[in-house]
Amino acid sequence: MKEVKSSIKKVDGYGLVSGKPVYTDDLAPKNSLVVKILRSPHAFAKIKNIDTTKAEQLDGVECILTYKNVPRNIFTRAGQGYPEPSPYDKYILDEYVRYVGDEVAVVAARDEYTAEKALELLEVEYEILEPVLDFEKSKGSKSIIHPEKDYQSESFVSSDPKNNIAATYEMSIGDIEKEIENSDVVVKDRFYTQAQAHVMMEPHAAYSYMDMQGRLVVVTSTQVPFHVRRILARALGLPIKKIRVIKPRVGGGFGGKQAIHGEPYVALVTLKTGKPAKVYYTRKEVFESTYTRHPMRFDVTIGADKDGRIKVIDVRGLSDTGAYGEHALTTFMVAGSKVLPMYNKVKAVRFGGDVVYTNHPPAGAFRGYGAIQANFAIESAMDMLAYKLNMDPVKLREINMIRENETSPIFKIMGEGREGVDMIVRSCKLDECVEKGAKKIDWENKFKTKKEGKKVKGVGMAIAMQGSGIAKIDMGAATLKLNEDGSFNLLIGATDIGTGSDTILSQIAAEVLNVPTENIIPYSSDTDVTPFDVGAYASSTTYVSGNAVRKAAEKMKEEIIKAGAEYFEVPVEEVEFDGKEIKTKDNKITLQKLAEILYYNENQKQLSATGSYVGEESPPPFMAGYAEVEVDIETGKIDLLNYVAVVDCGTPINPNLAKVQVEGGLAQGIGMAMYEEVKYDKNGRLLTNNLLNYKIPSRVDIKNLEVELVDSYEPTGPFGAKSVGEIGIDTPPAAIANAIYNAVGVRIKDLPITPEKVLKALKNK
Amino acid sequence: MKIALTINNVKKEVEISPSEFLLDVLRRLDYMSVKKGCDTGTCGVCTVLMDGKPVLSCSVLAASADGHEITTIEGLSEDPEFKAISNALLEEGADQCGFCSPGLILNVYAMKKELKNPSEEDMKKYLVGNLCRCTGYVPQMRAIKKYFEVKA
Repeated sequence: MKEVKSSIKKVDGYGLVSGKPVYTDDLAPKNSLVVKILRSPHAFAKIKNIDTTKAEQLDGVECILTYKNVPRNIFTRAGQGYPEPSPYDKYILDEYVRYVGDEVAVVAARDEYTAEKALELLEVEYEILEPVLDFEKSKGSKSIIHPEKDYQSESFVSSDPKNNIAATYEMSIGDIEKEIENSDVVVKDRFYTQAQAHVMMEPHAAYSYMDMQGRLVVVTSTQVPFHVRRILARALGLPIKKIRVIKPRVGGGFGGKQAIHGEPYVALVTLKTGKPAKVYYTRKEVFESTYTRHPMRFDVTIGADKDGRIKVIDVRGLSDTGAYGEHALTTFMVAGSKVLPMYNKVKAVRFGGDVVYTNHPPAGAFRGYGAIQANFAIESAMDMLAYKLNMDPVKLREINMIRENETSPIFKIMGEGREGVDMIVRSCKLDECVEKGAKKIDWENKFKTKKEGKKVKGVGMAIAMQGSGIAKIDMGAATLKLNEDGSFNLLIGATDIGTGSDTILSQIAAEVLNVPTENIIPYSSDTDVTPFDVGAYASSTTYVSGNAVRKAAEKMKEEIIKAGAEYFEVPVEEVEFDGKEIKTKDNKITLQKLAEILYYNENQKQLSATGSYVGEESPPPFMAGYAEVEVDIETGKIDLLNYVAVVDCGTPINPNLAKVQVEGGLAQGIGMAMYEEVKYDKNGRLLTNNLLNYKIPSRVDIKNLEVELVDSYEPTGPFGAKSVGEIGIDTPPAAIANAIYNAVGVRIKDLPITPEKVLKALKNK
Repeated sequence: MKIALTINNVKKEVEISPSEFLLDVLRRLDYMSVKKGCDTGTCGVCTVLMDGKPVLSCSVLAASADGHEITTIEGLSEDPEFKAISNALLEEGADQCGFCSPGLILNVYAMKKELKNPSEEDMKKYLVGNLCRCTGYVPQMRAIKKYFEVKA
């Protein structure tokens, strides 16, 4: 292998570091109308009247949209597979507003100043309704957040809007009560995870224009261009063929751009005025009016025998989807399906609960997608079990965790939104991850050292798994096209959001064709030009789209050999292609020369090949995370001294880029564990609506992160690869909580773990 | 009102409104490397050099830049220091989504001129205002340390 397993530089790297105009807002036409959105000051209200006359009279205002003059098609903004596993509970603009920041009206003006001025001139009369701000009191509350008659969800989603329930899920294997009764040791506790904001550096941005055929073109910073096209078609009431969606460079996504946000508003302005229109969210809007991670509550019961063999795991959950049910069911199911199979030797397992509406900003997709929430709860409870058993937490994992060539019944029962697929874990070096991580952090010494003093050190660990795409639902495709100089265009619907997937997919194509990666010219993604792909989410690009690229490249190789056979007038069996030359026993021709002949001289034809792929399974990457902390018992301050992550992502296509994915995920997970907290006032107004109040980790907060990739080979992946996009984020919350317990004997069960909480717990000890 | 700016060594007379920030003026003039990320001077993606010193262009009123020299990444494309810093980042795969890269590189460029033999802690403190959400900072720091070592 030459091109894969190689840390080559990103193909677009130089353009990015030198600041080329490649992001959505850099490319918007200069004459675009500026779109601004008036947002609700109330957590829950009905709009009695909107008076737009004064704003309309303002010079430079070209279009004002309210619920009275926009299409009323109910839809979901969540960019997921189809039929959609999120309820249809959103209109482009509605007479109800359901959180502080919800869209009330839209203005488009010739410049930003005028647009902002126009917002001030809109006069809105609200009937204020009683909001639901506590997700534990939402179910069955008197206030019904979605009273609309045309609310819809697919049969497998089980929404109950009259009781503020966006989705419900229940599964069970074995006799839970009996196994708990038969357990020697039982741990039972309640855990909470908070809302977290994505804070991708580039805010949400989109622009639109009409092309010369009267089609709507939307250029947007999105992870899911093909889903955007489908959702827009539904929301606007246009046929899909009338819409083209183009994705330029994306300045980070993390799930926050796996949805539509400003797209319908610019699109409608363009449809109404015929003019280009653009929207660029302020950071305040990104915080207040896009997505957060779903806050969740878990009641976990684990029973084991005295030797530490886990017999039963029972998890009851409650998830807060905010004002709209985007990704409600699927994040909740992932909380079970991407954690529980790790402990595959249990006799009984149960998972279930509700996803409820509240009048908070909507929750949506976010790296880790439910798995990180449940990982914190279950991996904290595992630690508690280990202490109760007087057993080393590492040993407890070693006894119970899943190993190579094993399976779990959960795989078949729980997918994302629907049933899953039965699979055997063909590649799993979790055992090696656990062992290596323990050595690297010096677990043996540090875990057992007697701890005294004002500043106390401790270590903790957690294990995690994720998936690689959504099996049997999410599809990717790729087209390769030979150019007359022997280079190839690689057209991919897959969406590079900063992960380096354009590079990785080019490497895969190059490897199959045995050409240098620089001879592959990737282009992603444009719904008119590139083949279908569901986009960048669910850790799918390397695995799903990568397999599609591999198939396309294999077909292209066949096409080249066929063209060579025709040229030499011999059967294909006598022709070989080594990446440079097409050869028979007696003759040879370079690829470049053959391409030139094909396009200009003889037997003229274009060589192109398309491959598509849908996973029959979703092989999980695995990880062991080890944290070393120092806790100041006088102040509760926690310093994360070291974090060791050992990850099995199969065979990495580009080891550097895979490692950076883990490092970035860890920092985000550390943020969730220790710093980041979305806070509201008593009326549901967001207090953490800028980067001064919402604290993501800075360079100074992130100390020693050590990441090692262990090599496994996933037979269903391209060149042995599995995914790596999400797994890095999963372990820090539990591992850090466990390390704090190891250091000072206090157990923090709600995130983030702040000095206040630690100090309070120390005082109550 | 009219102000005089020297942007990347080119003198320009620019018509601005009194309330405009330097960031918006630069983007209006097509210096698209200067990014808008947070509106509150917190994230560092709008960093430019004013008379060689890094400033947050979202927090500098354009009027107060009158008569000053502004450098953006576009102006450094031929500079060997820029090439060395960016190459170090690319080699570590630390460019990721790239949105924070121009601001970070300008700050590293300024740090190199300002600090003699900085420790890793010194570097982190100098660059603390350049937030990044993709890389976890670790590969960026590997790259920056390498760049300093090679040059030292």
